[in-house]
Amino acid sequence: MVKWLKGNNKPKDIVVSTRIRLARNIEDFLFPEIMTIESANEVINRVRDSIIEGNTILSREFDFFRTKEISPLDRQVFVEKHIISPGLISNPEKSAFLLRKDEKVTVMINEEDHIRIQVLLPGLELEEGWDLCSKIDDIIEENVKYAFDEKLGYLTSCPTNVGTGMRASVMLHLPSLVMTGHINKVLQAVTQVGLTVRGLYGEGTDALGNLFQISNQTTLGETEEEIIEKLKKIVLQIIDHEKESRQRLMNLKRIEVEDRIYRSLGILKNSRIITSKESMKLLSDVRMGIEMGIINDIDLEKINNLMILSQPASIQKYSGRGLNARERDIKRAEMIREYLK
Amino acid sequence: MLCDDCGKREATMHFTKIINGDVTELHLCEECAKNHKEFDFDASFSIHNFLAGLLDLDSTQGSPFEMDYITSVKCEKCGLTYSRFRQIGKFGCSNCYNSFREKLIPLFRRIHGHENHVGKVPRRAGGMIRIKKEISRLKKQLELAVRNEEYEKAAKIRDQIKELQAQIDTE
Repeated sequence: MVKWLKGNNKPKDIVVSTRIRLARNIEDFLFPEIMTIESANEVINRVRDSIIEGNTILSREFDFFRTKEISPLDRQVFVEKHIISPGLISNPEKSAFLLRKDEKVTVMINEEDHIRIQVLLPGLELEEGWDLCSKIDDIIEENVKYAFDEKLGYLTSCPTNVGTGMRASVMLHLPSLVMTGHINKVLQAVTQVGLTVRGLYGEGTDALGNLFQISNQTTLGETEEEIIEKLKKIVLQIIDHEKESRQRLMNLKRIEVEDRIYRSLGILKNSRIITSKESMKLLSDVRMGIEMGIINDIDLEKINNLMILSQPASIQKYSGRGLNARERDIKRAEMIREYLK
Repeated sequence: MLCDDCGKREATMHFTKIINGDVTELHLCEECAKNHKEFDFDASFSIHNFLAGLLDLDSTQGSPFEMDYITSVKCEKCGLTYSRFRQIGKFGCSNCYNSFREKLIPLFRRIHGHENHVGKVPRRAGGMIRIKKEISRLKKQLELAVRNEEYEKAAKIRDQIKELQAQIDTE
């Protein structure tokens, strides 16, 4: 099971998750890409100590990992669960991370920046996410001096993050807008108001399973609260569009929609070999069926879990060994059948 | 052999990954390979390539002074040259912001539409700025209180501002 998906009793339809991340650097150290292994270790120790040594409550909540001490498969599983970024594992010798036991908070050390604080929550929780992120930020700051400029704000390795260093994003499930072809118009509008859209696994990835990540594009010139407020307003509008679109679909083509949803469920419950791409597409149909009240005996959280656990590394973790593509597809079908029994 | 992903087209791209003796094979058609990160040979092209294009848009191309700046200016702390920064679009250290400052303001305006930070200020590194920002926030509240004729509240806010101002003066 994916721990961070747990909890939160608010309705989670359409919005899968909220993510807030802050980029921070420590004064007097070169940025991770060009720093020496020795300085990288010093940064790791200082950040770890600020959480583990500096605060007794937090020390019990967090576990510490050195990337190089985790197997490549386990690293990939963490990435698929969205707990760490692909960037963090691209330099295992220099990087590390702290993970809260409920997996909702990660402090990545020596990714592109010295510190990346990430809060990941199920459902739409932008204010809560920012609040939590900012608190962790304050605690780390008690132990280190951040690179900060009076005019430019927090200084980051990439000029696209300077200022607040904050990226706030919301993962949305938009099958009806995709089905009706309205999605392109919506996404175009989103980019025009200074937000950006990406696929499930970040920059340059496909919108697998009709999942879209909407996030702020810029980090300078607006307060964190303003950025979040704007993102929230847009997200709420997109949710309304998706809901309207579903309603229209039901009015016009109820039987066809129900047919598609039940066929997809049928395949998932019975297939013997299935690719990740196909399973994501079918899981998206079933998710929509649950959200629309067509399917009532499957928990939404189960589908959210399957969307992550059916990814390649997680499948191999589930079966306990490395698998080739064909073996993975067989194992994936088996796991999905087991889950949906 | 058919493509592992779509199962329709002939596989023309073959990928073998060996990690600790575990062999993973992947056979894809050209179409599906485009969407696969294992085949993403062009990963070097990223946002940073665009950034380089955004720098020096306003300068007169090829002027001797300009070339001089590009090749000679470098960050004294990490050694990153401005010309290298133009290529990779990433800084080497936080001091690069000072070293290339005059060139960066137009860049930030192009990326973010702004050039000044108005968000969170850290407690330690923030110091004076934090207090100054707090004062300007309180001044706005004061104005509002006066406009709404909440004079008692206004007096309280005025005292807070005085207190903060005194902190700045003593430092």
